[in-house]
Amino acid sequence: MPVKITVQEPLRKLLDNQPVVEMCGSTVGDIFRALRQRYPYFVERMTEPDGSVRRFVNVYVNEEDIRFLQNQQTAVQDGDEIRIIPSIAGG
Amino acid sequence: MKALKCRECGREYPLTATHVCEFDFGPLEVVYDYDKIKGALTRATIESRRKSMWRYRELLPTAGEPTVGLEVGFTPLIKADRLAKRLGIRELWIKNDTVNYPTLSFKDRVVSVALSRAKELGFTTVACASTGNLANSVAANAASAGLKSYVFIPSDLETGKIVNSLVYGANVVGIKGHYDEVNRLCAEIAGKYGWAFVNVNMRPYYAEGSKSMGYEIAEQLGWRLPQHTVVPMASGSLLTKIEKSYQELTKLGLVSGCNGSVPGAQRTGCSPISVAQTAGLDFFKPVKPNTIAKSLAIGTPADGFYALKVMKETGGAADDVTDDEIREGIRLLAECEGIFTETAGGVTVGVAKKLIASGKIPSSDSAVLCITGNGLKTLDAIMGHVGQPREIRPSLREFEAMLESENKSAISA
Repeated sequence: MPVKITVQEPLRKLLDNQPVVEMCGSTVGDIFRALRQRYPYFVERMTEPDGSVRRFVNVYVNEEDIRFLQNQQTAVQDGDEIRIIPSIAGG
Repeated sequence: MKALKCRECGREYPLTATHVCEFDFGPLEVVYDYDKIKGALTRATIESRRKSMWRYRELLPTAGEPTVGLEVGFTPLIKADRLAKRLGIRELWIKNDTVNYPTLSFKDRVVSVALSRAKELGFTTVACASTGNLANSVAANAASAGLKSYVFIPSDLETGKIVNSLVYGANVVGIKGHYDEVNRLCAEIAGKYGWAFVNVNMRPYYAEGSKSMGYEIAEQLGWRLPQHTVVPMASGSLLTKIEKSYQELTKLGLVSGCNGSVPGAQRTGCSPISVAQTAGLDFFKPVKPNTIAKSLAIGTPADGFYALKVMKETGGAADDVTDDEIREGIRLLAECEGIFTETAGGVTVGVAKKLIASGKIPSSDSAVLCITGNGLKTLDAIMGHVGQPREIRPSLREFEAMLESENKSAISA
């Protein structure tokens, strides 16, 4: 069972409007590389040229921000969910 | 308003309910036709209008006349001589949003803009992720506008802030997690339901409402920009928008003087922006929030980068204070000026005190402190730290005995 990736509107159109995309890999970085194969535009837009995640994009493995884990080295297992969410304002 | 524009790459988008650039995922911001506004907006025009934030309506993002929160804003700017003396500065002003209408915090400014725009775009349900004040304001303003509302808050908020949302009939959802987790969930809910989430898909419009605090400060100072404006930081949005308001007033020729510094205030331990600023960094490290200043308990501040940039460009310092210093700040403002602020105001006063003491705000200068919320909402934070009433029976003899014993202990102390 691979890892599930979810993205919200309006960015979902970059993933062919699919609510969930599934990819295989053992770290977040692996998943991004796999995602880049199928959706190159999406990954190029959410990352800097050096491959780091852009500063306005938050990436979560299940419920945790990867910056509190091991960033793109964070290990993922079958059935985990990766959420990619642009940062939003305060309240 | 002309369009929405990505703050990172500058791409423009139509004026719809969207908040993120599809090319680099950067945040969108409203752009205006300043040349057109310059011809239409003069000091005399503004001064002839009613005293609310909407007297600057050309600089706020609605297509037509506002329909929600018409009485919001134009809160008092108080010359705080007694507090100035205690903090050791020549001149001090308090921008007092503890009495903002209708829910006693600066959030009424952003919500009246967001809901006016949401109605223009045809929404009937509004929502927000909130540390409390925003939830109160969305709940109240939605009720008066006849809109349905959902507000999402961390479930451990102060009782005052929870009751202050429930009473308006809002759907209040407590999330077992901190604000950044509430925010993440709301980003997902906003993507799934067709609601106007004021701080998600309505964010470009919502955030602009904060500028009205800066316009008012300048007008109330006699169309002059302050030397220093100390602003509490959670996401960092208010600080960036106050600075934007000063820039706009300058661009439109409405104020004299040059832009002063805009120092930022946070609570120690939940201070990713002030930590980065004092270390000279232009990026911050997210933290897990843990503070009594729950309205500022945001560990992943969305506008942190821009707040750092503004402080750097304006020469504004940043600092943070402990929970004890927050309570001291609340008491100082109350005892010197008769203003009861919530914990965020305690943070602002406490940080101003430190910046003045360290010379980062020179004692010969003039400063404005932005006090953004009312103390009646965060009684839990100060309860037990302001003494107890003395109880006596209804007897003059007992009263006099009490006074005498207190006088004696005061003399011996």
